[in-house]
Amino acid sequence: MDKTIQVRDLIKKNLNNPKNRNIDKIMPNIFLLAASISVITTIGIVLTLIFDAFKFFKEVPLREVFSTHLAPLAVNPSFGILPLINGTIITSIIAMMVAIPIGLASAIYLSEFASDKTRKNLKPMMEVLAGIPTIVYGFFAYSFVTPLLMTIIPSLGAKNALSPGIVMGIMITPMVASLSEDAMNAVPNAMREGALALGATKLEVTLKVVVPAAISGIIASFVLGISRAIGETMIVVIGSGSSKNFSFDFTQSMQTMTAYIVEFTSGDAGSGTLGYYSLYAVGLILFVFTLLMNLFAQYISRKYREEY
Amino acid sequence: MTNPINANNDDKNIIFDVKDLNLWYGNDKALKGLDFQIKENDVTAIIGPSGCGKSTFIKTLNRMVELIPSVKITGEILYNGTNIFDKSLRVEELRSRVGMVFQKPNPFPKSIFENVVYGPKIHGIRDKRKLMEITETSLKRAALWDEVKDRLNDNAYGLSGGQQQRLCLARALAMEPEVLLMDEPTSALDPIATAKIEELIMELKKEYTIVIVTHSMQQAARISDKTAFFLMGELIEVDKTQKIFTTPRDKRTEDYVTGRFG
Repeated sequence: MDKTIQVRDLIKKNLNNPKNRNIDKIMPNIFLLAASISVITTIGIVLTLIFDAFKFFKEVPLREVFSTHLAPLAVNPSFGILPLINGTIITSIIAMMVAIPIGLASAIYLSEFASDKTRKNLKPMMEVLAGIPTIVYGFFAYSFVTPLLMTIIPSLGAKNALSPGIVMGIMITPMVASLSEDAMNAVPNAMREGALALGATKLEVTLKVVVPAAISGIIASFVLGISRAIGETMIVVIGSGSSKNFSFDFTQSMQTMTAYIVEFTSGDAGSGTLGYYSLYAVGLILFVFTLLMNLFAQYISRKYREEY
Repeated sequence: MTNPINANNDDKNIIFDVKDLNLWYGNDKALKGLDFQIKENDVTAIIGPSGCGKSTFIKTLNRMVELIPSVKITGEILYNGTNIFDKSLRVEELRSRVGMVFQKPNPFPKSIFENVVYGPKIHGIRDKRKLMEITETSLKRAALWDEVKDRLNDNAYGLSGGQQQRLCLARALAMEPEVLLMDEPTSALDPIATAKIEELIMELKKEYTIVIVTHSMQQAARISDKTAFFLMGELIEVDKTQKIFTTPRDKRTEDYVTGRFG
């Protein structure tokens, strides 16, 4: 009996200890602070972009911004952004034409057909591919893929959009594969069994049950891949060069938005000049691009979500 | 009679003839030398304590058990005279004739309509009118039509658990199978939904051969014609349900059905 009373007293004392109660109040605030850091940083970045981009848009008429003539260092500089947007979109499309089919096919293989042993060996290998620094991919594109492609397309320029596009696709493939595989793995086995018990083959189960059920995750992986391609810098700087011509010829050099920023932050534009502020304008447009991409992804994945 | 415990020798057609069936999971022997027959239009209940191999056995009948890696099987199961393990019989064909309803309702995350027509569709039926017809008859047979006929395009996950299970039944019936395997189909359902499924089974046995695994002896007694009692991977006894529950021949069966263990 005595013992019970003692334990109760101890618990009571502990419950009334102000130190313990304070910590319960303080800790959630610390967690909140940690969570706010990323939000605050995002707001900071957006504000910086908007303010400095505003200075640019004040000087340069919108009609000039959305023109195809880009010559920031000319005597009469012109800041048409369309060649950069064009370069970004074309390299990204090429990248996704590589990454989506290969990534999705690998995910299907890994999740539905590979034996446990194969999966255990293959997945880490793919993740190594994702860990290679992008600058390595850059000179892989420039010094290996471009010469290789020249044997097929003789007119290919030493700097071109095709080869960095393909290499970016290879870089993104593991990400698409890994995220899509996670989404497909999350589909309950009971669903596969349900379909198999109706006499479906493994391929039918995969294409008509598993992929549709995982589609929101799969699309999310595509969009993350596209965002990655749009934001990718080193590969296109090295592989695609800095031609500011507006053209759809992907066998020739093109400059992307990111490559433009690299070119101008490495010394060509003095602080406070119009060229300097143009960087922020390009940065802002880049940001809007990825933002729209993500909103689009959310819309698509909500629309096609299959609840289970 | 070669096997003394096999007493269901009436003159109905034999649908499944199980001959010396052994099954291992890795090194664990889960089914030990099973010999018995499942007859046409019978409801055969399989009872026994947890881990006795009753689920394993029913999943062997449509070869779903092979999804588990490391499974090894010896012996034969003749389905209408053809060994189901024979290479000449495609497993998809077997499963299209032997439907299955699982322990937990597992509809696809699609509309009610798409769920019912999934099987017919993958087996090549494309005609929209025909698919609609299949949906109506299957849902009617599963006693679900009146509840869902106005919302066939709604997601199946909006249905209650009991309705989902009847949808899974309708999905299996849409294939017009010969046999229905049911692996504890009511264990995740409330008593009212259970009663509905049981009523359905009584109705469906006119057209189908039904094998049902159940952990509820009352359920076996209520709905089955034959009952098989499994213990530790062995078939102890199979007979007319009434006989199993009143005058079983084996002491272990008696102990189990009277609730002395399990």
